[in-house]
Amino acid sequence: MTDSKYFTTTKKGEIFELKAELNSDKKEKKKEAVKKVIASMTVGKDVSALFPDVVNCMQTDNLELKKLVYLYLMNYAKSQPDMAIMAVNTFVKDCEDPNPLIRALAVRTMGCIRVDKITEYLCEPLRKCLKDEDPYVRKTAAVCVAKLHDINAQLVEDQGFLDTLKDLISDSNPMVVANAVAALSEIAESHPSSNLLDLNPQSINKLLTALNECTEWGQIFILDCLANYTPKDDREAQSICERVTPRLSHANSAVVLSAVKVLMKFMEMLSKDLDYYGTLLKKLAPPLVTLLSAEPELQYVALRNINLIVQKRPEILKHEMKVFFVKYNDPIYVKLEKLDIMIRLASQANIAQVLAELKEYATEVDVDFVRKAVRAIGRCAIKVEQSAERCVSTLLDLIQTKVNYVVQEAIVVIKDIFRKYPNKYESVIATLCENLDSLDEPEARAAMIWIVGEYAERIDNADELLESFLEGFHDESTQVQLQLLTAIVKLFLKKPTETQELVQQVLSLATQDSDNPDLRDRGYIYWRLLSTDPVAAKEVVLAEKPLISEETDLIEPTLLDELICYIGTLASVYHKPPSAFVEGGRGVVHKSLPPRTASSESTESPEMAPAGAPPGEQLDVIPTQGDLLGDLLNLDLGPPVSGPPLATSSVQMGAVDLLGGGLDSLIGAPNFVAPPAATVPANLGAPMGSGLSDLFDLTSGVGTLSGSYVAPKAVWLPAMKAKGLEISGTFTRQVGSISMDLQLTNKALQVMTDFAIQFNRNSFGLAPAAPLQVHAPLSPNQTVEISLPLNTVGSVMKMEPLNNLQVAVKNNIDVFYFSTLYPLHILFVEDGKMGES
Amino acid sequence: MYTKFTLLFPLQKMIHSLFLINCSGDIFLEKHWKSVVSQSVCDYFFEAQEKAVDVENVPPVISTPHHYLISIYRDKLFFVSVIQTEVPPLFVIEFLHRVADTFQDYFGECSEAAIKDNVVIVYELLEEMLDNGFPLATESNILKELIKPPTILRSVVNSITDYEGSSNVGDTLPTGQLSNIPWRRAGVKYTNNEAYFDVVEEIDAIIDKSGSTVFAEIQGVIDACIKLSGMPDLSLSFMNPRLLDDVSFHPCIRFKRWESERVLSFIPPDGNFRLISYRVSSQNLVAIPVYVKHSISFKENSSCGRFDITIGPKQNMGKTIEGITVTVHMPKVVLNMNLTPTQGSYTFDPVTKVLTWDVGKITPQKLPSLKGLVNLQSGAPKPEENPSLNIQFKIQQLAISGLKVNRLDMYGEKYKPFKGVKYVTKAGKFQVRT
Repeated sequence: MTDSKYFTTTKKGEIFELKAELNSDKKEKKKEAVKKVIASMTVGKDVSALFPDVVNCMQTDNLELKKLVYLYLMNYAKSQPDMAIMAVNTFVKDCEDPNPLIRALAVRTMGCIRVDKITEYLCEPLRKCLKDEDPYVRKTAAVCVAKLHDINAQLVEDQGFLDTLKDLISDSNPMVVANAVAALSEIAESHPSSNLLDLNPQSINKLLTALNECTEWGQIFILDCLANYTPKDDREAQSICERVTPRLSHANSAVVLSAVKVLMKFMEMLSKDLDYYGTLLKKLAPPLVTLLSAEPELQYVALRNINLIVQKRPEILKHEMKVFFVKYNDPIYVKLEKLDIMIRLASQANIAQVLAELKEYATEVDVDFVRKAVRAIGRCAIKVEQSAERCVSTLLDLIQTKVNYVVQEAIVVIKDIFRKYPNKYESVIATLCENLDSLDEPEARAAMIWIVGEYAERIDNADELLESFLEGFHDESTQVQLQLLTAIVKLFLKKPTETQELVQQVLSLATQDSDNPDLRDRGYIYWRLLSTDPVAAKEVVLAEKPLISEETDLIEPTLLDELICYIGTLASVYHKPPSAFVEGGRGVVHKSLPPRTASSESTESPEMAPAGAPPGEQLDVIPTQGDLLGDLLNLDLGPPVSGPPLATSSVQMGAVDLLGGGLDSLIGAPNFVAPPAATVPANLGAPMGSGLSDLFDLTSGVGTLSGSYVAPKAVWLPAMKAKGLEISGTFTRQVGSISMDLQLTNKALQVMTDFAIQFNRNSFGLAPAAPLQVHAPLSPNQTVEISLPLNTVGSVMKMEPLNNLQVAVKNNIDVFYFSTLYPLHILFVEDGKMGES
Repeated sequence: MYTKFTLLFPLQKMIHSLFLINCSGDIFLEKHWKSVVSQSVCDYFFEAQEKAVDVENVPPVISTPHHYLISIYRDKLFFVSVIQTEVPPLFVIEFLHRVADTFQDYFGECSEAAIKDNVVIVYELLEEMLDNGFPLATESNILKELIKPPTILRSVVNSITDYEGSSNVGDTLPTGQLSNIPWRRAGVKYTNNEAYFDVVEEIDAIIDKSGSTVFAEIQGVIDACIKLSGMPDLSLSFMNPRLLDDVSFHPCIRFKRWESERVLSFIPPDGNFRLISYRVSSQNLVAIPVYVKHSISFKENSSCGRFDITIGPKQNMGKTIEGITVTVHMPKVVLNMNLTPTQGSYTFDPVTKVLTWDVGKITPQKLPSLKGLVNLQSGAPKPEENPSLNIQFKIQQLAISGLKVNRLDMYGEKYKPFKGVKYVTKAGKFQVRT
């Protein structure tokens, strides 16, 4: 007999039957009934109606039955808070049980029951359990503090649980230490300003000791905690590194990656001349490679992280190219990542091998993979100059296969190769032109048109070729249209006699018949240039273009440094800082790598100061968005351009550091003189901007407080509390009128209609000035933004706190209540006086 | 002077919920550690699954507007976890694999049927393994003391009697749970004390058309089966420990002893476990035990092609190569294959286009070959590329890297254990391009 019998119940009166069984006198029957209830729960059936009957089974000596009832309670207590109170006595009693297993079980379950009334009763038992003689109970209680904090933070602080938790970091048992660290970390997350874990050399030492003795999961918590510490000098950094390196040989890949994070971060503080630095570099390679022999899901996460690591420190894996070779039965998501890393590691030494592999991949079955492989060949050509010729001939071979998507992809990358090595490979243009007709993707068409325009003087029938594209001008995508416009203007400037008609035609198509403002603008600019000063037009349109940079799609250095601090997290998988995507994003603060500090006062050279790219390896990373200047030089397609060799990264680091206040050695260093203004917009605009954006945000916040400062929308009513309706909103004041900007999202599966809103009486008499207007029914997953005008003529009642506002929202499903605090400034008139109140 | 640094990383509360989904897309089990998350969150997963076509290609991390879904694919089942805040994905993936391992360990297989048959134990296990997102007990030894695995005897007893004392749940605290050696319980007793080690090496290789090695490495593991009473303290030494420069250890191994003396010193868990895994990389010259002669050709403008492969032994250190299987994913235009093997048998599945040749073992006197005609779809262009051959084989009594156990010593207990070491080499991802 197996548990599958629990699933076979008669449809009719299932709940009724279970109820009878739960109230049976026979203990065994009771237990069977509870098992049936649990089985229903596992498949998502709602058995909450049985709550009182199940709770009645709780008082038992049978541990298994007790555990099962606890499982049930955790699932449903929330929906039956009044009933849940019935369980409190048993919990309190169980917390006194002589068996530590039962004490721990009770305190653990109580913490999972998110009912306010229960939490009050939890405090005393929890206090005892935190000081229990048995470490198993203490360790469970430590986690329980974090749970309780999540339900009622104030209570935890008032009861002094945080201090007890801090004391547990010095516990004699490593498992207790690990759980205390984990719990404190979780609490700190919701309290960014609190100083819960002030890491200092003493507490770090305790953590390092516990690291050796606790379980693998505890090791991860501790390592992640260590990664947030900034050692005082390079000696301390080195000694921590030495104690962390053994973790690289752990069988658990999450432990390995967390250790890699600590090492990557602290390495930043070590001088490259140090012998230990070299040793550490060598030690990092094998564990990273080993991660690639794990299950594909682990490989994927490892590869995303390795991608960051090779950008930051390419020397670690430079000899390990082969492990990234693709196997034909790798999952596609692993293949694509491996390919990316292969290109990053490509160098003169291994390029022959890489190219042979890429050519092999370009004939595989999977279209996405093949495309990326073809593109990779082009990137190799740009990255390793010596290989360019071989890459071009490989690409030509691939074009001969006539496989449509291969040809198109090849043409796109050949265009980039032309941009990198002008006047070198024009002999292949004839072959490219043969494939003109088969190009149906905008990017490939645009690339081909660019080539024809750029080399118009060497292609006899360039005018015919371009004319053929012109026929369907309006059906082309913007990218192709813009490119065609520029190419024909180029052609005209090169062969003015034969192509006057053609250029007239394209200019009128672009300016008169197009709705696209970009296209029109560019058309007019060319037109005016050509009509007023053809010489100037020539200088602008046929200007020498800057070469494209060696490495495209590198992660911008400041972001890379931040991501290195987040190795092993979701941020590292998405290559975005956590602030960019974690919901709520509360308390996310930008992390940065520690600056290098020498232990002795001497040897302070200016090159050592920036934490970013080391000198001599400056990376030009440029935003891909073309600006006007770029447009005119027709740089808008393809990869970014490299400008003059500016120390992009160090400039940014300088800026950031200046803001942070870590000045000393930086200001004196010549690297940080701002670049001449003229060169800035072309390639530094965006990164500089983002680097300074914090500062701007700050000022805008302060400066506009009296006027139209608008707080970001906050979730006022989570979907869980309102049967799928989520409301977030904020208050604004504009030109004397107050409004409440709401965003309603339907997360339920049914359509919502009949919305209405009402405010409770409040301190300033805020009231809706108009009914809530939701024009159409809100279908599932739909969001609407509504601005609700408010006035202050409603009835007044003093609220606690003063700016508390209680709101009721109704829809066809139910009525929901929430309360929110409004910023007082919305009540002020713009001239700085109090409004009517 | 030290910098006071506030902890600011959103990390824990890792797994909010877990859904188990079978290949036909049925959610057959759900477990919530915090609040109940609606099944509809899995729709995002199904969407990704549809896009990926092949089950193996479903990306392991999927973002949805309010959650992240981190999943693994094991034994034809998807373990889909729902995440609400930033977590280390490897942590989650490792944990999910651990859950699957535990099911395997408890029920003999990790299948939908086994999980459904033991749903209550599954639920108890999941609860025991994770508390509020913190892994609680994941060591099989500890779990088995807390929750007893189903045995035939116990389920018989449970079903025929109404015996009240029968319970799946242990009612005392596991002894190993908090000691410094959480992986071992106290009071282990055996009448026959035995310690067995299996050295298993897999060769991952890519061989190019001409037969030269593009890439090769050895992935090795030492799996142990230890049935020793009391608290034995073992040390295992090797003839050639230098081979092991890239190693991952079971937590029981004392790292310092390894660093200083190259000896594996440990108090073992009870029962089966993986002692170490290691990698011998291409720099150390990986021996390739088999070679393949192949000639696969498709004629232009004709509806047939030729297929001819022969397998022979290469560097096999005088041992027999057995259990050979060749698997080939033929191009889509192949309709059928008409082949003759000199030994073994072959099958070709015209739907999946997979050719499988079960060869058996190689006798050097008469090399196995498979040749014949390939029928192509008429009118279709000939395939661009020849297919890769995927080869499986096995060599008993040999660790291809040359790794050899020197001796095993036991301290701390008085009895004399029975010791044994077995070696085997297998093909891992072994691919021959043609």
